[in-house]
Amino acid sequence: MKNRWIALYVENQVGVLAKVSGLFSAKSYNLQTLTVGTTEKEDVSRMTISVMADDATFEQIKKQLNAMVEVIKVIDLTSIPIHMKEILYAKVSGLDCAGKTEAFQIAEVFDQGGNVKIVDIGADAVLFECTLTERKNNELISLLKTRYKKLEVIRGGAVAVESISSSCR
Amino acid sequence: MALNITGRKLFVKALKEEGVDTIFAYPGGMITDIMDELYKTEGIRVILGRHEQALIHEAEGYARATGKTAVVLVTSGPGATNTITGIADAYYDSIPIVIFTGQVPLHLIGNDAFQEVDIVGMTRSITKYGVTVRNREDMGRLIKMGFQVASTGKPGPVLIDIPKDIQTVSGSPEYPDHVDIRGYHPNESVHIGQLKKAYRLLKNAKRPLILAGGGVRIAKAQKHLLTFATKMGIPVTTTVMAKGVMPDDNPFYIGNCGMHGRYAANKAVTECDVLFSIGTRFNDRITGELDKFAPKAQIVHVDIASASISRNVEVDVPVTADAKIALEKLVEYAEPMENDKWLAKIAEWENEHPLGMPNTKIGISPQTICEGINEVFPDANIVTDVGQHQMWASQFIRLNKGQEFITSGGLGTMGFGFPAAIGAAVGKPKKPTVLITGDGGFQMNMQEMATAMTEKIPVVICLFNNANLGMVRQMQQLFYGKRYEITDLSAADGKYYPDFIKWADSYSCKAIRVTKAEDVVDALKLARKNTAGPTVLDFIVSPDDLVLPMVKSGTPLSEMILK
Repeated sequence: MKNRWIALYVENQVGVLAKVSGLFSAKSYNLQTLTVGTTEKEDVSRMTISVMADDATFEQIKKQLNAMVEVIKVIDLTSIPIHMKEILYAKVSGLDCAGKTEAFQIAEVFDQGGNVKIVDIGADAVLFECTLTERKNNELISLLKTRYKKLEVIRGGAVAVESISSSCR
Repeated sequence: MALNITGRKLFVKALKEEGVDTIFAYPGGMITDIMDELYKTEGIRVILGRHEQALIHEAEGYARATGKTAVVLVTSGPGATNTITGIADAYYDSIPIVIFTGQVPLHLIGNDAFQEVDIVGMTRSITKYGVTVRNREDMGRLIKMGFQVASTGKPGPVLIDIPKDIQTVSGSPEYPDHVDIRGYHPNESVHIGQLKKAYRLLKNAKRPLILAGGGVRIAKAQKHLLTFATKMGIPVTTTVMAKGVMPDDNPFYIGNCGMHGRYAANKAVTECDVLFSIGTRFNDRITGELDKFAPKAQIVHVDIASASISRNVEVDVPVTADAKIALEKLVEYAEPMENDKWLAKIAEWENEHPLGMPNTKIGISPQTICEGINEVFPDANIVTDVGQHQMWASQFIRLNKGQEFITSGGLGTMGFGFPAAIGAAVGKPKKPTVLITGDGGFQMNMQEMATAMTEKIPVVICLFNNANLGMVRQMQQLFYGKRYEITDLSAADGKYYPDFIKWADSYSCKAIRVTKAEDVVDALKLARKNTAGPTVLDFIVSPDDLVLPMVKSGTPLSEMILK
C-alpha cells in the first residue's frame, strides 16, 4: 500500500464529481484527497486525486475511471515529475507572547520563498497560511500539535501539474 | 432551417430514427405529454406492463432475444425507483437498454415536489450513463448519446431523465446521426502482437481449454468460436451467461463450469495448462476460491473491458478486444492440434460423474421436465428465473440451434424470469419461448400475467413448484443442519398459496398441473399448441431435490459436492 496520485480531466457537468467520488466508496477504494476545479476550457474540469492503494488496486482504479463516459483522460502522476501544492490554514490560539514569537519562528523556518506566512494575528492567536507540498504540510501540522493545545487545521487538498523541465515534486 | 418542434415530438422522432418498434411503458403524471405523442404515432408497439421493475426485465428479454437496444418509459418518483432492481440486473449482465424517466418540471427539481426523486443520482453506480435533460436544445444529442453508449463497447443500461417542461418546450428538430463523446472510445481493434502471443501459448499447450463467457454472445461471435475450437480441436467450457454459444451436441463442448458446473468441466479448468478465456469477468461463481482457480494454467484473457482484465484473476496474456474481432483473427491463425489424450481424459471424468439426478420420491424429477422441454421445444428460446430451477436448466437444457438462454446471471434477480420471457416472446414472436421458473421467483412478478393475456403473448410457463425457496433451502440442508428457517412457503397446516391453477383460471389462462413423470411431454405438447397466449404448467417437484455438483462458496472448484 502506498500513496498515489492521479489527475483526471472530466466533463464539467452536474453529477460528475458524485460519480467519480461514488466509485471510490462503492468499490471500497481508500480515497485520501480530491480537489476539483475548472480548466482553461469552461466545459472541462480537472481533478487531482490521491489514493492509498496497492499496485493491483491502483491499476483497477485507473481502468474504472477510464471506463466512465464522463472521464476524458486519466493521468497517473505517481512516478512522473510534477509540481504539487496544497493550501493549508492553521489557526493557533490561547497563545501568550512567547508562543506568538515561536509561531513566527516556525513560520520562518518552514517558509521557502513566501509559501508559509502568518497572515492574521489577534490578542492570543495567529493564523498560518501555507502553500506547501502535502507532506511538508503534514510535518508542519505535527509540529504545531506538539507545541500548541488549541489548533484548528483547514486543508484544501493537493493540486498537481506535470513538470515542464524541473524534476522536483 | 427546419421548423422548431416540441420535446415530445423530438422524443418520438428519436425513437423512429433509432428504429425502435417496441417500447415497454407504464404511465404517470410526468410523462403524459410523451404518452399523448405516442398515441398519435404509428409503428411503435407500446407494451403496458403491470409494474415498472417488470418493464425493465421485459426490455432485457427483448434485447437478449433480438440483439437490439430495448426502450423503457416510466414516470418520475415511484415509477423511476421501481426500475432500480431491473436496471442493476441489466448493468451486471451488460444488456443494452435506454430507460426514459419523466421528471418534475425544472423549477421544481430539488423542492421535494410530488413524485420527485433524484433518479440519476440513485442509479449512478448501476448505469453506464445517466443524465437529466436540463435544456431542450440538448435533448436530441443526449438521446443519441444514450443509444450510442448503451449499445456499444460493453453494453449496458442508460437512463435519460426528462423534466415535464422539456417535453413541451419547442426547440431544434435535429436528431443527430452520431455524437462524438470525447471520454468514450469503445475498443474496436485488437493488438495483433498480444493476440499472436496468446495464440502461440494456446498452440503449444498440452492441455488447452477455452473458457467462453457472455461476451462471446454479446459480440455475436458464436460461429467464430465454434470454428476456432473445432478447427484446433480444443475443448470449450462456458459460464452460465454463455450457455448456448456452443451447440450442446458439439463434441468439443464440455458444458458449464463453476459453482454448479459439470464435474468434468471443473476438473478440466483445474487440470488445464493453458486457459484461454474470452468474454468473461471471472465472477466468483465461476472461479470458486481464487487462489486455487486453474492452478496449473497460464491464463489468457480476452475482454472488451480492460477493467475486467486482471481484476479477479491474475492473467498471463491480457488482450483487450471485442470477442468477435479477436476470434475472427484467431480463426485465421488456427491450426489443428493433437489433443486426443486430453480429450479422452475429460471424457473419462465425464463418465466418472456424469450429470444426472436420482429419481425423486415426491413429484417429478426436474431433470425429466428439462428433458421433456428438450424433446418438445428443441427450437425455443429458454428463459429462467433465479434459483434451483435455473441451475437445473443450465445443466439439463440442451441448446443446439443457436437459441438464447436468457437468465439473470450477475445480479441473480428473483422475479426476472416471467417478464423477461414476455419480452423475449415479444421480440421473437415466431420462436417459441419457454420460461423455466420456480414458485418463489414467479410470485415476485406474476402480476405480469395480465400483460401476457392482454397482449396475447404465448409464453410457456414451466413452474418447478416445490413449495419452497429451494436454493437457500439446499444450503440449509447441506450446511445448516436442515434448519429450514423462512424457506418453506407453505402455511403451518401445509396449505400452499396460491393454487396456481385457480389463479391462472382467474386470468382465463390455460393451466395444467402435472404430478407424474409420464405426463410431462403431453403437457408440454399441449402448451406448444396454445399460441394464442400464455400457458401455465404447474410441475410438482420435491423440495429435497438438490442441484449437484456444488462447489461451496469460497472453496476451490476441485472440491465439488457430488452427492
